[in-house]
Amino acid sequence: MSDIAVHDVPPAHDDTTAGHGADHGAGHGAHATATGLSNNKLAMWLFLGSECLLFGGLISTYMLYRGRHGRGPGPDQIFDIPLTSVSSFVLLMSSLTMVLAVNSAKREDYRNTNLWLVITALLGSLFVGGQVYEFTAFYHEGLGFTTSLFGSSFFTLTGFHGVHVTIGVIMLLSLALMLSRGRVTGDKAEVVEMIGLYWHFVDVVWVIIFTLVYLIPS
Amino acid sequence: MAIIERPSAVPATVGPAGGVSAFVTPSKALGSYRRPVSTTGWKSWVFTVDHKKLGIMYGAVSLFFFLVGGCEALLIRLQLAAPDNTVLSAGLYNEMFTMHATTMIFLFVMPMAAAFANYFLPLQVGARDVAFPRINAFGFWLFLFGGIFLNTSWILGGAADGGWFMYSPNSSALFSPSHGVDFWVLGLQLTGIASLVGAINLIVTVLNMRAPGMKMMRLPVFSWMVLVVQFLLLFALPVITVALFLLSFQRNFGATFFDVNQGADPLLWQHLFWIFGHPEVYIIILPSFGIISEVLPTFARKPLFGYKFVVFSGVAIGFVGWGVWAHHMFASGLGPVTVAVFSVATMLIAIPTGVKIVNWTLTLWGGKLWYTTSMMFAIGVIVLFTIGGLSGVTHAVAPSDTQQTDTYYIVAHFHYVIVGGAVMGLFAGFYYWWPKVFNRLLNERLGRWNFWLMFFGVNLTFGPMHILGLQGQPRRMVVWPSKLTGQGFFNLAFWNKVSTVGSFVLALGVLVFVINIVYVWKKAVPAPLDPWDARTLEWMTASPPKEHNFDAVPTVHSLDEFFHRKYEEVDGEHGPKLVKVKTAEEIMAEQVANADTHIHLPSPSYWPIILAFAFPIIAYGVIFNRVLCVIGAAVLLLAIFGWALEPSVADDSDYDPPADGGESTKELASIV
Repeated sequence: MSDIAVHDVPPAHDDTTAGHGADHGAGHGAHATATGLSNNKLAMWLFLGSECLLFGGLISTYMLYRGRHGRGPGPDQIFDIPLTSVSSFVLLMSSLTMVLAVNSAKREDYRNTNLWLVITALLGSLFVGGQVYEFTAFYHEGLGFTTSLFGSSFFTLTGFHGVHVTIGVIMLLSLALMLSRGRVTGDKAEVVEMIGLYWHFVDVVWVIIFTLVYLIPS
Repeated sequence: MAIIERPSAVPATVGPAGGVSAFVTPSKALGSYRRPVSTTGWKSWVFTVDHKKLGIMYGAVSLFFFLVGGCEALLIRLQLAAPDNTVLSAGLYNEMFTMHATTMIFLFVMPMAAAFANYFLPLQVGARDVAFPRINAFGFWLFLFGGIFLNTSWILGGAADGGWFMYSPNSSALFSPSHGVDFWVLGLQLTGIASLVGAINLIVTVLNMRAPGMKMMRLPVFSWMVLVVQFLLLFALPVITVALFLLSFQRNFGATFFDVNQGADPLLWQHLFWIFGHPEVYIIILPSFGIISEVLPTFARKPLFGYKFVVFSGVAIGFVGWGVWAHHMFASGLGPVTVAVFSVATMLIAIPTGVKIVNWTLTLWGGKLWYTTSMMFAIGVIVLFTIGGLSGVTHAVAPSDTQQTDTYYIVAHFHYVIVGGAVMGLFAGFYYWWPKVFNRLLNERLGRWNFWLMFFGVNLTFGPMHILGLQGQPRRMVVWPSKLTGQGFFNLAFWNKVSTVGSFVLALGVLVFVINIVYVWKKAVPAPLDPWDARTLEWMTASPPKEHNFDAVPTVHSLDEFFHRKYEEVDGEHGPKLVKVKTAEEIMAEQVANADTHIHLPSPSYWPIILAFAFPIIAYGVIFNRVLCVIGAAVLLLAIFGWALEPSVADDSDYDPPADGGESTKELASIV
């Protein structure tokens, strides 16, 4: 995301932000926006709104097809709920560490920001690892991507979510690296917060997927 | 590019960019490269992030695709001119109508609306650029590459042939074995990403970048309609994205989503497609509604009648547009309750649309009408869209629609609303805003020819299709046999001929427009500053606008701000009347005198075009060779990191020292 100071800003504003601008979250250069929300954050919210319909479409497809597994294994035969519960717990905990990262960034404590970002990324990777393990196990039990409508729609839905988590992990690690090298321009706390928004969104989607796919019997 | 600084204003270290350069040297963000800094030549276009240049490029590319799609349409009409005709083979005919629709919708009307939005939205809200200029550039390049990618299918084994809604299972590899559908799916994914990032960008621009005093209810109607369209895009595109992914996974990776042997539901595709497809209808038409809501008041010399009603009915169309998608599926056996609900919802949406028609008509009522070409196109929209709207209401009646489904009657309806509504509206915009963008007035004499040829062309081409459709001629059939021609007034042969002749009249009208462009470009007579006595902010700046749009960001006091700066109300003999107190030139002079100091504009960048270039590589890889996917992904990653590490405003050291040896090295454009 890039955010440009295209407004005319009197120099006086800059003095205030240079001293202590992070808490106001108005972006670097503190150019006032018409709504008071920062451009970057508004854009991220809009993007996440759009993502809701992406997952909405995928979840609808799954719900339509989850009972249609032909001679292949169905949801009730194949899901290992205790295992997935553990990996879900890991992902939910990563939201907590993400909050701690945002909190540290707001206090301009970038050492702890980095620490929490890396821990969040590790928890996210653990979740993705769990998913890879689960996919492999399902494949060996006879549920492939092309086996049945249930197989195709299950792997597509959870796969899309897994890709989202993976992209999130890459962003978290890149952010940690860029922060430690001093490469983040503008309001650092806001950058951390934006990636946090994405991360929490991916988590919330998982809560819905876990409930609909795994917990509700078909 | 133009970073304008008055050398005397403030010490160089203080300023919006000062806080950035405190901890990073931007020009060294990724090692040793330098940013593009050209202000002239092709580089100034390829690496630009200026919304105006991008708008012009969007327009030029869309116009090109309009001509391509038009030629495809002419071939279709030639094939249907006579019974059992053999101009096109059956396979080629299928490709032709699929690509005609796809090109016209995704590569002409949508990006042409994006061209207008890009150019005029920041001007109308009083901003110096969009919120995310690099993303804007990325969106344009991705649209261009997506369009080229889609059309390369013609030479790489044949284009898509499943119709623009690509119904499954007809679009599966069994029934459509060439790579055409793969090209179509991936090409639409690319242009979809382009539209999505554009939508986010423009929404943030409208909401956040408004000039002081520019409240939402003072926004020009065009900006409002663009805003509604961007929200529709934001929520409709992900749904088609899902559908396209499912189809792609089925065709390329063996997934089973639309495999009826496995028990797949053929309605899944239809639902996903039309949940996108119906909002898409409003994505196509609302920008044009916005344009004529600017044109009509200007040339009627009256404020728009019921501004709030026009705005809110546009918003209402945006909302209700989500609840009518299944009226495209009345013939698919949804069940009586579903059909009834969608039937009623569809009739409901006629109300806000009708409100707009009434408001435009009442804007004309009692006005001192000035029949410029732009005005004639706008009135043409009212007339032709109303005709298309009326046949639309007959589709809302489900039993009647069941008879009309898949006949030429449907083709007649949507061409009246798309060509008569959306395209004519865009032409109204061309004639209205041409002097603003290019500082040339399009020739009015040629404009008359352009309008009347197009107006008669539309009616001659699409009017007879109502008759053809009600006589039962199905759409998408390569031939109509002579033994089914029929007799008397309603025979197919006569009306098919009329329609084909009409399509060439329409094409001639478009040709006159192209001639007009070339003619005024060669003639090179500058346009007056305010040729139409216009009302909105985009006219309150030079033509073409300077790179920073406004010398002084205007403070807005009312709707139609520019008009109210020119005119004041005084008491006359017969009540209050308007008196011109200032000319546009005087208002401009005030702006120059009070010019803002210290204007920072976004700097050009290599990354948007590089990032966009990664996508077609990946797409070709999906179809032909997965190695290309890996290469594309590598370019993608490189570009994303390069982008993230590049601050959006260039450092002083990226610019060459000014020739006059002044204090500031950023002085690339003069402010006066």
